[in-house]
Amino acid sequence: MGEVKLVGTWVSPYTYRIKWALKLKGIAFDYIEEDLCNKSALLLQYNPIHKKVPVFFHGGKPICESMVIIEYIEETWPHNPLLPTDPYERAMLRFWIKYAEDKGPSMWMVGEGQHKAEQNSLEMLKIIEEKALGDKKFFGGDNISMLDIVLGLGHWLGGEKLLEAHKLRRLHVWLKNFKQVPVIKEDLPDLDAMLAYLRRQREMSPATH
Amino acid sequence: MAGELVLLDFWPSPFGMRSRIALAEKGIPYEYREEDLRNKSDLLLQMNPVHKKIPVLIHNGKPVCESVIQVQYIDEVWHDKAPLIPSDPYQRAVARFWVDFIDKKIYELGSKIWKTKGEEQANAKKEFIECLKLLEGELGDKTYFGGESLGYVDVALVPFYSWFYAYEKCGDFSIEAECPKMIAWVKRCMQKESVAKSLPDQEKVYEFILQLKKIFGIE
Repeated sequence: MGEVKLVGTWVSPYTYRIKWALKLKGIAFDYIEEDLCNKSALLLQYNPIHKKVPVFFHGGKPICESMVIIEYIEETWPHNPLLPTDPYERAMLRFWIKYAEDKGPSMWMVGEGQHKAEQNSLEMLKIIEEKALGDKKFFGGDNISMLDIVLGLGHWLGGEKLLEAHKLRRLHVWLKNFKQVPVIKEDLPDLDAMLAYLRRQREMSPATH
Repeated sequence: MAGELVLLDFWPSPFGMRSRIALAEKGIPYEYREEDLRNKSDLLLQMNPVHKKIPVLIHNGKPVCESVIQVQYIDEVWHDKAPLIPSDPYQRAVARFWVDFIDKKIYELGSKIWKTKGEEQANAKKEFIECLKLLEGELGDKTYFGGESLGYVDVALVPFYSWFYAYEKCGDFSIEAECPKMIAWVKRCMQKESVAKSLPDQEKVYEFILQLKKIFGIE
């Protein structure tokens, strides 16, 4: 069916989403680390519009934008599904994925010392906990879904401590379970190393993305 | 499969138009309900408690929110009629990428064109045209983005045409002069009944924008 390649960066949660999706489906792939301070010709050629990682290749054909990539992976390798088969259930999951994507890091701004941002964050997390998670183990039920993968962003933003401190018990348990799934556990960035790296980047060139 | 279908909508909303077009393309009957956004109905608040926004598609009493999700849902449930989303996974990914691009850029830039003035407006116009040109590139020589028939990208983009006259008047520029291929594509789309019946008159949209400007105190 063709070679699978992923161009990404070890600090970005968007890159990890793709790695997790591929690993959950047992798909072998080549990984190429991109230096965002010095974007390669490959990246600029295959993602001229956004110039971002991750970029995914299957049989030489490029796909950009993490959620577009994950939907492609799901359709191409439907085993170990990350989306429900029922159209309505699927629409509901996609709704929460869009919610999480649109809110992004602002959902995890608890404890930053900014009262309004914190209040907003807590509200969003409560909504997710009550309406999307409920009493399920994962957002997908017994198994991980695309929504669990997207909300893994919480790991990057000190999620466990925040959820514990603010007594979002079900979400806290969810995050712990999520990080225990073997494919996830073996592929999570070291937060301290990541923060140190990002700090160094900021010191070297404050204008970089 | 058909069951009861209700669309809660607001006539100038390009997002609502997407679902109208998708349903019309597939010949699916539904009840259209106009919402007064300054006085939202209990039904809307109940069916979309998280965002309280239109459009909301209610199928057998169950709500589907967000226009892009609605179009995908409609395509999946009524998959045997006029398919909108390509069947090939790679073509689907390409279509999804462009719909994502349209969602990230077109509405926001268009809003800046009618809401702002001076340098901010000039920058918005410039970027808006650049985005349309990128979309023209993707269209290429095809009749529609979907090929020989309307597809996902066509349905996502064509509603914004109803706002072009308003953008042009507010921004004092001609979209056709800058992007003739785009307008040629629009005209082909407008020949389809599903599109023509789903888009409001451009002058009406412009009048609506003028009213909004008064309400928001924008000159």
